[in-house]
Amino acid sequence: MHYSCYSCSHITILLLKVYPVKDILFLLPKFVPLCFPSGAGDQALFTSLYTTLAQQLPREPMEWRRTYGRAPKMIHLEANFVQFKEELLPKEGNKALLTFPFLHIYWTDCCDTEAYKGSVKEDMLRWQNSLRTHGSADWVIIVVENNETKKKNKTNILPRSSIIDKIRSDFCNKQNDRCVVLSEPLKDSSRSQESWSALLLKLRTLLLMSFTKNLGRFEDDMRTLREKRTQPGWSFCDYFMVQEELAFVFEMLQQFEDALVQYDELDALFTQYVLNFGAGDTANWLGSFCAPVRCWNGLLLRRPIDMEKRDLIQRGEASLLDLRSYLFSRQCTLLIFLQRPWEVTQRALELLHNCVQELRLLEVSVLEGALDCWVFLSCLEVLHRIEGCCDQAQLAANCSHTVGLWAYATDKLKSLGELCGLVSEKGPTSEDLNKTVDLLAGLGDERPETVNSLQSPYKKLKEALSSVEAFERHYLELSHAAMEMYQAISRMRSARLVGKSLAEFYMRKGDPERAESFLQEALKCYVSEGWSLPLTHTRKQIAQCQRLLNRTEDYLQTSALLAGDENLSSEEREHFCQEILNFASKSGDQGEPYMYITLSMGVFAHLTRLQFHPSTASVHSGADLQVELVLRCLMPVSVHLQQLVASIHFDIEQTSGTLGRSKGSQRLTNPGIVEFTQTTNSPSSNGTPALELDEIYDRSPTDNSLNSTGVICKNTHLLIRRHNSSSPSETPNGASPLTMKEEAQMLKVHDVTLHPGINSIKLKSVDPGTYTLRQLCVTLGQVQFILPHVYPSVQYEVYSQEPQLTVEPLEEPLLAGLPQFVQFTLLTGHYTVKKGDALQLSNSESMPILPSATCSARICNTAGGEQVLSIQSSEKVTSISLPPAAPYHSLMFQLQVLCLIPTGAERPPNERLTNGEVRHRPRSYSHPDTPMTAIDQRMSIDCPWSIYSTLLALTFYIPFKTKHSLLSAGNRSYVQVCLQNVSDEDFKLEEVKLLEKEDSSLQLLCLNNKTQQTLCSKHSLFCLWEVRWSDELPSSLHCLFSAHFSPLNHELSGSKPFHYSFQLDRTLYSVRAEILPPAGESHCRCGLLCALEVHITRLTDAAEGEVIEESKSETEAPKTTKLMYEVADSSSNWAVCGRSSGMVLMPLSPNATHKVQIEVMPLFAGHLPFPRIQVLKYLPHSAAPNIQPDPDSCVENDSLSLLDKSLDDQADTASIRSRGSVHSVGSSSDPAAPSSHQQRALNMPRLEPFSPGQVFNHSLTQQVLVLPTSDDHIMEVNAT
Amino acid sequence: MAVCIAVIAKENYPLYIRSVPTQNELKFHYTVHTSLDVVEEKISAVGKSGDQRELYLGLLYPTEDYKVYGYVTNSKVKFVIVVDSSNTSLRDNEIRSMFRKLHNSFTDVMCNPFHNPGDPIQSKAFDGIVSGMMVQNA
Repeated sequence: MHYSCYSCSHITILLLKVYPVKDILFLLPKFVPLCFPSGAGDQALFTSLYTTLAQQLPREPMEWRRTYGRAPKMIHLEANFVQFKEELLPKEGNKALLTFPFLHIYWTDCCDTEAYKGSVKEDMLRWQNSLRTHGSADWVIIVVENNETKKKNKTNILPRSSIIDKIRSDFCNKQNDRCVVLSEPLKDSSRSQESWSALLLKLRTLLLMSFTKNLGRFEDDMRTLREKRTQPGWSFCDYFMVQEELAFVFEMLQQFEDALVQYDELDALFTQYVLNFGAGDTANWLGSFCAPVRCWNGLLLRRPIDMEKRDLIQRGEASLLDLRSYLFSRQCTLLIFLQRPWEVTQRALELLHNCVQELRLLEVSVLEGALDCWVFLSCLEVLHRIEGCCDQAQLAANCSHTVGLWAYATDKLKSLGELCGLVSEKGPTSEDLNKTVDLLAGLGDERPETVNSLQSPYKKLKEALSSVEAFERHYLELSHAAMEMYQAISRMRSARLVGKSLAEFYMRKGDPERAESFLQEALKCYVSEGWSLPLTHTRKQIAQCQRLLNRTEDYLQTSALLAGDENLSSEEREHFCQEILNFASKSGDQGEPYMYITLSMGVFAHLTRLQFHPSTASVHSGADLQVELVLRCLMPVSVHLQQLVASIHFDIEQTSGTLGRSKGSQRLTNPGIVEFTQTTNSPSSNGTPALELDEIYDRSPTDNSLNSTGVICKNTHLLIRRHNSSSPSETPNGASPLTMKEEAQMLKVHDVTLHPGINSIKLKSVDPGTYTLRQLCVTLGQVQFILPHVYPSVQYEVYSQEPQLTVEPLEEPLLAGLPQFVQFTLLTGHYTVKKGDALQLSNSESMPILPSATCSARICNTAGGEQVLSIQSSEKVTSISLPPAAPYHSLMFQLQVLCLIPTGAERPPNERLTNGEVRHRPRSYSHPDTPMTAIDQRMSIDCPWSIYSTLLALTFYIPFKTKHSLLSAGNRSYVQVCLQNVSDEDFKLEEVKLLEKEDSSLQLLCLNNKTQQTLCSKHSLFCLWEVRWSDELPSSLHCLFSAHFSPLNHELSGSKPFHYSFQLDRTLYSVRAEILPPAGESHCRCGLLCALEVHITRLTDAAEGEVIEESKSETEAPKTTKLMYEVADSSSNWAVCGRSSGMVLMPLSPNATHKVQIEVMPLFAGHLPFPRIQVLKYLPHSAAPNIQPDPDSCVENDSLSLLDKSLDDQADTASIRSRGSVHSVGSSSDPAAPSSHQQRALNMPRLEPFSPGQVFNHSLTQQVLVLPTSDDHIMEVNAT
Repeated sequence: MAVCIAVIAKENYPLYIRSVPTQNELKFHYTVHTSLDVVEEKISAVGKSGDQRELYLGLLYPTEDYKVYGYVTNSKVKFVIVVDSSNTSLRDNEIRSMFRKLHNSFTDVMCNPFHNPGDPIQSKAFDGIVSGMMVQNA
């Protein structure tokens, strides 16, 4: 049919988008051929306008309001103009949107009424009719006005309006806007412009209106179609095409989001069908998708639309992979338009996983390895596509999105390699080659897009499968790429896993060396994070590597670890254990030095407990100390050990005195047991060793008081150590090599069998000193397992002790004069008391040992009880034969001794003990703690274990104190003895006697009538005797007081009487004083000088021992002695005027008198006692002392003051030198040769007092009346 | 439902791990261990921005056969649930509720005064809960 008229034409506008992307332009001719109206004039008209129209139409955006509440959008409308043909109008049921004519335009430049009426109107009517029959209401008539045409047809010109009006009235009865005038379109005038823009606006509006309407209708139709999906005969592929058309439309409108939604909906719909299929709900149309996979050439993302696949889908011949590939390629295209490349990678991974699952679910038969090929190719294709649209920096920054694909591709290539025999050492077999050929066949030909690129996924795969070397190259490349990426985004665990898989590859290639490094890396990670199962698995692989590498030591170490690994089956564990045992039993008999393989003990057995028997961990030498080790053996079978050695560090510690045991590891709650807490491989405690704290006490060395206390950390060196450099504890080739340090001391056991689990082993030890357990070593043939540190450190002590003899009083205090029991304790120490050994006690006169009928010794530390002691006394020695006793026992027995109370004055001659030593007089002194006087009694004991005598001291206390006094009344004299009981005991006194030793004419008349008296503790007893004499009195009386005493409550037989000897001297001088009032006065007056007249009268002849003044002329008869008198008034009653003292030369004849007058002045009135008059002996400088000066005797006259100082000193020196040197003692023992100290003192003249009684003062207590001074009448009275 | 459930301590050592096909235990250990990479990544991402209260980490990573989901408690104890990929009926919400249940049970374990935090979980009650989650579809 021919429509073209002479001056008019109608044009159909089809809406179409022009793609911005150049390569998509090829779409256009396919769907919408661009046509121009035929016919001369009209074609010229349209052609003249077309360019402007096509340019101007999309320039302004239009707001697109959408249905279903979707947000309005601004869109640019572009259009294709196609000449109207009736065939182009959509048929009923044709839903094609892309070829849909949205707006029909009738172009005319007719200005002639005649022409209009004649042909144009008719043409328009026909056009309208055909439109109406096809139900299209979207049309517009454009009248082009040209001035030229006007001018040309001036004559029969109709008013312009009339043509328009006519058209309007004829066609647009109610729609006046359907007819538009375009004035002078080719002129550049404002009028032309105005009319153009009006036209464009109209066209856009109408176009959009039509588009919206038709799109809405299309969508409705599409939904209707979708709802029919449950009906039989519904085809997914048909529906796919419909919805995809919608997607295309959106894509053309640059609404990529909307377009993507269409594909996602299709994707979801399909997925749901597959899932339903899996659930048993089969759709018929799915059958085509279940066809066996024949082609696995991977995704193709380089084309915007893969027409081949689209055609397959359209024809319903697509396989599942085809559909998925096509869908994804479209999604990918849209996502890239949307600038979301990383979503592509993520979706790709999901897609690939999903496809594999779906094929499995649909039970599609696939050639083995085909899917791997597909996945591999697809991964690489996606990665290439992404690389193509991103720069390098972006890629690097988004590793996390791509790394999954890399890893997946690596994985797949590996499994392909394994399938095709490319990984094995020998290379592919013929069967493998067949497989490879099959797989390659499914790849088909390379796509034309990539034929020229060198690095296409297709080429890669083909190359990789072609040879072992190429495969290795590609695989390593991929693996390393994946690992590096993982490391770059610090997914270390993933990187290690890839590394592990790489290691497995190397292992299969027979390259254990490279494999090991990867495995070790992974192992470190599992160890540090405590993943036991992967740890075991990896370690097993390492063991294999090490075995292949012949790294025996490492292999054995790993084997040991594996043998003790509970994650393995017992067969495997036994296998690894056997490996060790096999090696161990391989004797190194090749003549090479016997080299031990040294391994850490931790892998073999754990030291769990250590126990000492005895639990104090301290024994004397020679005794058994057992160290019991409890080892938890980790081996699955019993293992026989050649030996087990505990190396110990030995310190010869000076165990002086106290057994220094209370230090070190004594913070144990359980004595003698040390528990070793095994740090299990929980990584919470891993890396950082636990704090090891210890208490410290700083005690003052003198009194053991606490100075300070604190806590110290003993393993700071471990804790403060830089952390990153610390190697995990279990690395077999760790930094610190295990060495058995050479220690002199070892505890050994030979031939032990360790059973799995808990074992207990006992070790024994010897020499004195402190032992610290350092290392533990187990020897198993050629293999040694060493525990480098025993921690916490464990010490034990072996000490040696000298025999010790101690003598202690059985009860305190020991009283002198009474038989007392003393306890002898003998700690045998290292000495064995043999039969016949005896203690030799030198007898001492002052302390005899009382024989006792039953004396038994008790031996401790053994069950043996009492043993009889035999004691033999000779004159000088008491010998005690000891019963046999083992070392480190104690032997105890008691002896009764009696300490004689020294009587006083008499001085025993120097004696020597049986062993040649000087016998010491027991030393007595007043003890600060008790009122009793103490006597240190020394004992010298010869022991069989020593050449030296043992000197021991016992302190006895004298229970009494005595005082005597001479009382005179006129001619009678009395002797009074006061006996004071200073002990805590009560005593019974008998036979209290006083004897005079020399003078028989002297009579002592006892005035005490009781024969027996009780003297209670802290009480005193006074005894009195009258002295009567018939003859001339001797110059001195030596008296001896004696009393038998015994404790009140029990009778004692062996007690010696208490003696007290003292000396009473005869009066040598009598002193008589007289105070004479001043001349003319009858009484002394206060303040007046009086005369004190002192008469000193010699009463006897020269007595022995008196110092006689050497007279100048030897012939002169009377011998004289020098006396010194002194008048002193202590109570300030008197003022001594002039000389208060003076020297008197006294003739040594009876009744020789010397009178001295001294002026004194009373200071007070009243009865004043006489001033004290003292007479002293004057010793000239040359005189040797008769009686040694004794400070005690000057002050106090009791029995205890009888000891002389020089002997005291001598005793002191003797005690110091008690072990030998006799000669030095002898030099000072002679009292006639006083020490130099004494000599110096004697060169000076000095005074010495007389003994009491030698001077009798007649006027001792005399008083004299002193009157106040006569004019002493003024009294001062102070009143206040 | 789940094929493997793991509880991982703050220090990344396993407190509890159990998987249903026991012969594949090792593989699950590897899988769970590797998933810690993603867990750490997600935790640090949450730390920088986002809701601190959201404990559910979502899908950690899919593999061909399994989907690994993660969850982290406030004390940085991680829960990982591995689900079979073919098990498509499982929705995100169900995974969330599984994690919640797991967390509750875990809290009970921690409340036990005799349990030493940091020790492997040996609670029977916890085991029961885990079994319940695994058995349903196992």
